[in-house]
Amino acid sequence: MIDTAGTKAPVAGRRGPLMDRRSLTRLTVIVVLLLLALFALPPIMSAYYTVTMTQVAIYSIVTLGLGLLVGRVGLYSLGQLAVLTIGAWSGARLLFATGQPFILVMIEAGLVTMIIGSLITLPALRLRGLYLALITLMLAGGVTVIEATLNFPNGGGGFSGYDGSQLHTPQIRRPSFAGTDPAFYRFAVIVAIVMFLLVFAHLLARPGRAWAAIRQSEPSALAAGINTTFYKLWAMALAAFVTGVAGALLAGADRQLFSIDFPIQNSIELLAVVLMGGAFALSGAVIAGFLQAFLPALLQDWGVPNDWLIILFGVGVMQVLTTAPGGIADQFPKDMKRLYRFISRLWRRPPAAAPAPADTATAGKRGGAA
Amino acid sequence: MIEVKDLTVKYGGVTSLDGMNLLFASGVCGLIGPNGAGKTTFFNVLSGFVRPASGSVTAFGDDLLHMTHFRRARWGIRRTFQTEQAISDLTVYDNVAMIHSKLRGAARKDDVLRAIEFVGGGVSPWAKVGSLTAGQRRLVEVARAAAGKPRLILLDEPAAGLPEEETSHLTGVIKSLPAQTGALTILVDHDMALVSAVCETTAVLDFGKLIASGPTAQVLRDEHVMRAYLGTAQV
Repeated sequence: MIDTAGTKAPVAGRRGPLMDRRSLTRLTVIVVLLLLALFALPPIMSAYYTVTMTQVAIYSIVTLGLGLLVGRVGLYSLGQLAVLTIGAWSGARLLFATGQPFILVMIEAGLVTMIIGSLITLPALRLRGLYLALITLMLAGGVTVIEATLNFPNGGGGFSGYDGSQLHTPQIRRPSFAGTDPAFYRFAVIVAIVMFLLVFAHLLARPGRAWAAIRQSEPSALAAGINTTFYKLWAMALAAFVTGVAGALLAGADRQLFSIDFPIQNSIELLAVVLMGGAFALSGAVIAGFLQAFLPALLQDWGVPNDWLIILFGVGVMQVLTTAPGGIADQFPKDMKRLYRFISRLWRRPPAAAPAPADTATAGKRGGAA
Repeated sequence: MIEVKDLTVKYGGVTSLDGMNLLFASGVCGLIGPNGAGKTTFFNVLSGFVRPASGSVTAFGDDLLHMTHFRRARWGIRRTFQTEQAISDLTVYDNVAMIHSKLRGAARKDDVLRAIEFVGGGVSPWAKVGSLTAGQRRLVEVARAAAGKPRLILLDEPAAGLPEEETSHLTGVIKSLPAQTGALTILVDHDMALVSAVCETTAVLDFGKLIASGPTAQVLRDEHVMRAYLGTAQV
């Protein structure tokens, strides 16, 4: 029999308690951080950092979508910025063209992005790794060219909603309850929470299991009866939906959108921050959001040239690829534990000169040494 | 019953299976042969990962080769792989529940738990697979194969790399598979003690050709088989 003595066997148990102590601690920390983000931060943040933190919330949703593809399904997409652009464009167009509530427009923009994003990535689903990354980068390039030709809506008519002759372009509207920057920041955080919960619910259910199987081994997933194409498409669609919602949110946050704000190289940067933040954990998406939106703002505030960021990200990705595949989300708690153990050892270390009584006792039992 | 007729698989200029004709009746059947003989290729054909150049495979009256790969699992094919494929991040229960099953709700949960209990080895349904030993992870794969009313179970070197004690437990589990699940089981392995212990009949492949088949004890004494394995009939 194998290991029936139970020395190495896992702790046998039932799914009895709904949540163990560790999960409860984690949930408490998350709730406290969210409450701080929603209520404690807005009154003390400057206008500059309120806008920055709104961008962090929005980009956390974008990195959540990309993290889902990279970390859960193993699909390396370099086209997520193009997907964000589609969401922002659809959101802005609908906000100018209709009087629908902002939340409804966000959902519609998410759905439009989901359909377009799924359709354009459908042929690429048979590819993996570098080939998928290249194809999605090319698609992103195509979308960027179309975007530059169409321009972002600025209240004009026609399909594009762009009027080049306007001197004073109207601003994209925000929800009535979130007109100010601090209110919109809170709104963005709540939308981000909802998007994270949506993805989390998927991970706990059948799609989550199927994605885990696909990431482990596609033949094994097929052998288990999982329609891998369907579930990969599902992941792409979900990632596109949340990114589309983030796009509409971005339209409301920026109030005016320009093609120049979505350069294609940002697609690569986005993948870099997702890898650095940690693609295998949801918390990694938040860290990636900070790396993408907060760090550049911080460097700008400190007067440090933005070029340093490229170097920093390059070093960060190299470090992730060589020593920490789980990214900061995985590595930081481990490092903190190591630090705690190191400090504990220093604290408990007995004075070097003092004889260890335990050793003497043991030596005595052994019969002593001459 | 699985009936294989004139099955030929070619990879470019290499013929991996060469006109294989074989009948797997019931119970646990062994499929052995030296490395590169075509055993895993045969499993890949049954799983739908490899399209044969010619031939047919009829399983319990159904034409297997015309089913999409993931539909074959829904039909009732289960498979383990040479390199163990249990998912470390998920619990044992989720690993086993991943298999396609027509059962729903409580019946499905019972079926999954029964499969885990069947393989034994101190495997808790709620343990993360990442915390298990290599032998227990192999058992999780066998539990996955036993869940969801399988009709054909393909075990590809399940005892590879396991110590004697764990192989001995696995032997008992594999032996009981047909009685537990009602499925025809085909075992590929290089461990002749395991094959002798669990397989009523055994077929031997060498360079893609079937060189012997019949009752296991008789096949293992066959002159051609000994020559294929050891390069000589003088053992």
